[in-house]
Amino acid sequence: MFEQSIATLAQQLRNKEISSVELTRLFLQRIQALDPQLNSFITVSDELALQQAKAADLAIANGDSSSLTGIPIAHKDLFCTQGTLTTCGSKMLNNFVPPYESTVTQRLQQAGAVMLGKTNMDEFAMGSSNENSHFGAVKNPWDVNKVPGGSSGGSAAAVAAGLTVAATGTDTGGSIRQPASFCGITGLKPTYGRISRFGMIAYASSLDQGGPMAKSAEDCAHLMQAMAGFDDKDSTSSETPKEDYLANLNAPLAGLKIGLPKEYFGEGLDAKVADTIMAAVKEFEKLGATVKEVSLPNLQLSIPAYYVIAPSEASSNLSRFDGVRFGHRCDDPKDLLDMYTRSRAEGFGTEVQKRIMVGTYALSEGYYDAYYLKAQKIRRLIKEDFVNALNEVDVIMGPVAPTTAFELGSKTNDPVAMYLEDIYTLSVNLAGIPAMSVPAGFVDNMPVGLQIMGNYFAEAKLLNIAHQYQQNTDWHLQTPTMAKGA
Amino acid sequence: MNWEVVIGLEIHTQLSTKSKLFSGAAVGFGAEPNTQTTLVDLGMPGALPVFNKEALRMAVMFGHAVNAEIGMTSVFARKNYFYPDLPKGYQTSQMDHPIVGKGYLDVTLDDGTTTRVGITRAHLEEDAGKSLHEDFQGMTGIDLNRSSTPLLEIVSEPDIRSAKEAVAYVKMIHSIVTYLGICDGNMAEGSMRCDINLSLRPKGQQEYGTRTEIKNVNSFRFIEKAIYTEIERQADILEDGGRIIQETRLYDPEKNETRSMRSKEDANDYRYFPCPDLLPVVLTQEYVDQIKANLPELPNQKAARFQSEYKLSEYDAQVLSASRSMAEYFEVANKVNQDPKLTANWVMGELSKLLNQSQLEITQSPVTANAFGELLARIKDNTINGKTAKDVLQAMWQGEGSADEIIDAKGLKQVTDTAAIESMIQSILDANSAQVEQYRAAEPDKQKKMIGFFVGQVMKASQGKANPSIVNPILAKMLKG
Repeated sequence: MFEQSIATLAQQLRNKEISSVELTRLFLQRIQALDPQLNSFITVSDELALQQAKAADLAIANGDSSSLTGIPIAHKDLFCTQGTLTTCGSKMLNNFVPPYESTVTQRLQQAGAVMLGKTNMDEFAMGSSNENSHFGAVKNPWDVNKVPGGSSGGSAAAVAAGLTVAATGTDTGGSIRQPASFCGITGLKPTYGRISRFGMIAYASSLDQGGPMAKSAEDCAHLMQAMAGFDDKDSTSSETPKEDYLANLNAPLAGLKIGLPKEYFGEGLDAKVADTIMAAVKEFEKLGATVKEVSLPNLQLSIPAYYVIAPSEASSNLSRFDGVRFGHRCDDPKDLLDMYTRSRAEGFGTEVQKRIMVGTYALSEGYYDAYYLKAQKIRRLIKEDFVNALNEVDVIMGPVAPTTAFELGSKTNDPVAMYLEDIYTLSVNLAGIPAMSVPAGFVDNMPVGLQIMGNYFAEAKLLNIAHQYQQNTDWHLQTPTMAKGA
Repeated sequence: MNWEVVIGLEIHTQLSTKSKLFSGAAVGFGAEPNTQTTLVDLGMPGALPVFNKEALRMAVMFGHAVNAEIGMTSVFARKNYFYPDLPKGYQTSQMDHPIVGKGYLDVTLDDGTTTRVGITRAHLEEDAGKSLHEDFQGMTGIDLNRSSTPLLEIVSEPDIRSAKEAVAYVKMIHSIVTYLGICDGNMAEGSMRCDINLSLRPKGQQEYGTRTEIKNVNSFRFIEKAIYTEIERQADILEDGGRIIQETRLYDPEKNETRSMRSKEDANDYRYFPCPDLLPVVLTQEYVDQIKANLPELPNQKAARFQSEYKLSEYDAQVLSASRSMAEYFEVANKVNQDPKLTANWVMGELSKLLNQSQLEITQSPVTANAFGELLARIKDNTINGKTAKDVLQAMWQGEGSADEIIDAKGLKQVTDTAAIESMIQSILDANSAQVEQYRAAEPDKQKKMIGFFVGQVMKASQGKANPSIVNPILAKMLKG
């Protein structure tokens, strides 16, 4: 049951073969049984979930349902959920119960989805291994000694282990795609502006984008139907009309032009991962696609540019956590300065503090031009690279990450190695284009994700391509052994 | 030494939009703390700003009114600093690309001379909240009602050379923003606040001296006094061979002194950068042109029209047009009595005096412009004289009715019947034969002075109702005998 697709479950719910309450109970039991090994949830909202499930059953009985009605899902713990603890993986917000609902969770709720709970994440979405959480590291369901990737590691692990049908995630530099790759699930980072950021606790506003994480492209498409679209509460939200993400899933791929950027297959890429990606590309050729090499010459610059822009924005975005109105406040502050410094020193973890300091430095008088402005110039170059490449081909394919999931603790003392994890994903956020991670095989029993990058607002196209691939492969149907244990 | 003062002003003008700059919360003064706030004004995690287009329209109106370049692409930037009443830890403002660029204003001084003050820029920004230090037992209360209230910060060039010029400039800005209807101009409630940048240099020297900035001065009178005080302070230091420290100072109106708030060394590095939550504001030429076409008549234009249309003096025209509400009052009253000079004198004189005494704005006058015009019409048609009119106005002020009703009820109509006046004069002459003898014996020069006595007696006898323009010639004739 836990391995079923959204479409199948929706059918079963409509046919009254199962009720949403039963389905919800099943997943709540799975969380209770298996999550102690994974730590993928920060909050499990049993009562609310069962309430919502009852309401969904009623809606289904009244014939008033969508494909998401009664489907249990989970939300990354940075989407504000009214009345439900929202921590952002931080001690700073370990007592924060939002008085309002984010647009993404509201839209999914209105579509009838049931919220099982809030998933673990790297603190304030800063991290590539989900080891930077105040609530402890998340483990990879394929090997609990390995990381699930980050920062949406909780969502990825929960979906992979069958603790939820699907989940929301956010992607600032790869935070949907890299954990999706490491956990063997399907994740989509939409075009910047496609999904409202209202109610999503900001890390780097010009890069953050919410998106779906699920077992298949088709399931992602179901979530996109509800999540995507203009929101007048987010000024950076796009007025470009949203597409029907389900309508073209079955369009044939004959004639599809795939570009392989040579920079994605150079030094640093694990040879077995490279072989896996090339095998996937071959599969597309069988489906009628043609392949050519393209170039993204400024790829190497994406890491320094990202690590200036994202921390700069973060240093400002995180200023509101000052102990004045919400969140952590230190005990017995002597004066204002003491309250600020101790509240923030106690409330933020090391990685967050590091990025706040980097960002503060980069924006300082005398350094702004050399760092922030230069990073913005690089950002424009990277965007041009993608625009040029996507003039030649329909989509770009490559690895999501240079390796499969690594051992817990193996990179925590080597920040540069950790930052290099994101080399293939960061540039997509800098350019603002959409990209997916699609399960494409295994290396030493760990999943490998294929990255598919498309043009602005080409989400429906990406989902179509991934779906066609999944119709002809079964990588996305593999289940980790631990998931079968309950 | 002969010092020249150099002043540049930053005026924070609160725009009179219904809702805040980046949220739908109402803007208002005096509400219960934290009742006029939304998620955005509270700086809630995940809350996002949405730009109020009405504030944009108002800023563009102002730009046109001061002959300025309009920023066709303007960009919001974050000014980062920590303060408890700054909920996001940054103020959303504009830095490199303001909505209003270079412009200028021709300012008329009291002596009738005109000076041109350059305007560097005007940018949109949100206000912070308020810290309340009393009544919280050693703690500080935060009221975020004012948070995200829209401000237009108007920055002048250092073109101002005296306190008088500074006040005239601020009055002019005040008059423009109230004319445009983009600010209520209520300085007591903080709708206009002024930062004064001031330095001294020896007369004739080209480069500027070190300046200080006096923050948040909120009345015309305080601006003038703060400038005088600061000039004196700086001059004393310089005369003694000292150096001015670049710093921010506060003006204390009770002690009439400025004192140091923080020096340049303590100044924040605001780490400005473009706000990633807001898109650049891109205007079309059509939008900008349309606002220009619909601009109301501005103070200078109105003053010029008052001179040509009503033949008023430059001074009268300037005074009457300085405030939009006074100009409107004048025009309505004048329409009733059709005597611009009379109306101008009475609006600027008697009416202004009464308003001052009652501490009322002209818009709160208990006597409407129409009713006031009717009163003046009764002077013009000789129903009453000016002296009686003042009494009638008092009665109108107390709500006793219209001019005509009061004149009727109190029997104040002037006596214009020549025969009646002649007989009244005759009985006065009879009763004062000694004075009449003296008058007739006196030189013509002296007679002019002595006639006042008889006029007084006539007015007394008529209880002020005799029309002086009729009394005077008859009296002169009858005294001759």
